[in-house]
Amino acid sequence: MRAPAPAFAPNDGVIDAATAALGGKLRSPVEAVGEVALHVERDSLVETMVALRDTPGLEYQQLMEIAGVDYPDRGVERFEVVYCLLSVTRNHRLRVHVQTDDVHPVPSVTGLWPVAGWLEREVYDMFGVLFDGNPDLRRILTDYGFRGHPFRKDFPLTGYLEMRYSEAAKRVVYEPVSLAQDFRTFDFLSPWEGAEYVLPGDEKAPPAPGALPEAKGAPTPLKADTIQKADAAQTPQKGTVHPGSGYGVSTDSTRDTGAGKDQPGNQPQEKPRDPDVVTSKGEGQNQ
Amino acid sequence: MSDQLEKIAGITDAEDPTPGDVTIDNYTINFGPQHPAAHGVLRLVMELDGELIERIDPHVGLLHRGTEKLIEYKTYTQAIPYFDRLDYCSPMCMEHTFVLAIEKLLDLEVPMRAQYIRVMCAELTRIMNHMLNLGSHIMDVGAMTPNLWLFEIREDTMNFYERISGARMHANYFRVGGVHQDVPLKLLTDLAEWLDTRLPRLFEDAISLVADNRIFKQRNVDIAVVSREDALKWGFSGPMIRAAGIPWDLRKSQPYDVYDRMDFEVPVGTRGDCYDRFMVRVEEVRQSARIIKQCIAEMPEGPTMTTDRKVGPPKRAEMKRSMEALIHHFKLFTEGYHVPAGDVYVATESPKGEFGVYLVSDGSNKPYRCKIRPTAFSHLQAMDFMSKGHMLADTTAILGAMDIVFGECDR
Repeated sequence: MRAPAPAFAPNDGVIDAATAALGGKLRSPVEAVGEVALHVERDSLVETMVALRDTPGLEYQQLMEIAGVDYPDRGVERFEVVYCLLSVTRNHRLRVHVQTDDVHPVPSVTGLWPVAGWLEREVYDMFGVLFDGNPDLRRILTDYGFRGHPFRKDFPLTGYLEMRYSEAAKRVVYEPVSLAQDFRTFDFLSPWEGAEYVLPGDEKAPPAPGALPEAKGAPTPLKADTIQKADAAQTPQKGTVHPGSGYGVSTDSTRDTGAGKDQPGNQPQEKPRDPDVVTSKGEGQNQ
Repeated sequence: MSDQLEKIAGITDAEDPTPGDVTIDNYTINFGPQHPAAHGVLRLVMELDGELIERIDPHVGLLHRGTEKLIEYKTYTQAIPYFDRLDYCSPMCMEHTFVLAIEKLLDLEVPMRAQYIRVMCAELTRIMNHMLNLGSHIMDVGAMTPNLWLFEIREDTMNFYERISGARMHANYFRVGGVHQDVPLKLLTDLAEWLDTRLPRLFEDAISLVADNRIFKQRNVDIAVVSREDALKWGFSGPMIRAAGIPWDLRKSQPYDVYDRMDFEVPVGTRGDCYDRFMVRVEEVRQSARIIKQCIAEMPEGPTMTTDRKVGPPKRAEMKRSMEALIHHFKLFTEGYHVPAGDVYVATESPKGEFGVYLVSDGSNKPYRCKIRPTAFSHLQAMDFMSKGHMLADTTAILGAMDIVFGECDR
């Protein structure tokens, strides 16, 4: 490990010791990024914790943290509850993970560590995970009378209700959130590297009816010769466009176009005569 | 009518006691959320038997801002300022945990000078935090003068903060891979001089007024005694667990950055009461000063930010000359860096105890989940059993010795 992160005792042998102490209750031990994580079955959580706390050689005396994580992609058992244990005698940290949904409760560990009381309350408040055996499973961080579980991934960041003091009612009132501006999320991904959406203001003109939707970055389906000006019918065109030939082919001769001359179209005799201009002798205005 | 019927049936109730029988109900009062000694927005629902505390139900969350959810919508670098606002009395220590957690996932090497600067700043922050806590603890139990003197020191530390980071409180100074800028040289000399002259004079003066003061001892000794077993069971950390007699300091036992090179002592209490907690913090201030002096003396020259351009932005001067640097800068400040998928729990010794971050990354440029382990949460939860049987007036002493800040507790 090159990073200057807190260095606790090495993980050598911890998984073996845990496997020996827990037996079949252990689903999968993982050692990643220098930390050991044990995934256990929900029903055997308390026995696991007792074993981890009391077995000599494991001795995780302290429960430092219970973290809830929401993985909606995992299907029904979308919540993971993570217990961060600390051994002050062995100077080692360990995590225990269990999975659950919002119906099946996780056994409470308040009997082992009273500190779990509030930590479980917080996970319940934020994720709606139930804990079986917690004597006081109330909301803790959210407002009195709050509904919903705000740290779930499907709970909007803005919430649903906003609160203000109403001068008219002389009390605090709750109202649905109204945003003066649309809530913007930035993912900061490059739009040309696989972002699946069109940025606002970057939309192309709507395709002609019946045209196939174009893929991002595809060449424009119209060719230059098929683009007609809006008032094409009124203005007589000099050259004739042959449809299907690919490019507009002109039938004008070089005399008409002035090709091959110095500054074609800028010769005095080619300029249209202006009846208001009286030409002098030298046929120039300044002479 | 109903009273007569009850009399016939022989029913007595609390509203209608039989003569000679006196019933006393427990008295329930609210402490806070607007109370100067509540150290913020704490509401304690207390059940009192006369003046004795029977039960305390702390109501927290009045300062809940959803920091953890907000962080999920920000890139890693953009999330650092949120940590300043957790424990706003010790901002840099909060940042420290977060950047260490990201560095652990990235497995990123940090230049030595940056590690020294971080340790120096963390210890300066510890002094800053303890000045506030010791002062307010003293004031909660009735003394005014020491608090004013300790605030002088706190003001000095904030001035140093300003010279280091540009802000007096919300520093936003630590970065993944180092620190934002190198410290000015003059600051190091001024800081060293301050540690030698002003800090000991003001601090020892202030503490000498209370450490042996009879009234202060009467208010704190043997108040809220916590045994070692209870300290372990209730998830105590920091000065709270050390005052209970367990020599547990993450700076010593699980050193991060350059703490393994520092020479310092870990003070331990003997009785586990409020006075021990106070004295542990007093000694920690002296040890912090020792660590800062070592940092200043040993700090090597060199870069203060990682040279890995996929994480650390290039210098402005470099951007003027190098297209590569310009692109890196642009990418880092729009998209940010992607952190490899995985999860870590990293905890450091913040002034208040173990401050941890459980960080889950899904490989994108934003944290998937960032669970913050506040120190105050477990300490405040123990308020109930610690104050049981004590007097109402002891609540402020117990609360003051816990060192709770609600920015961190409620997140």
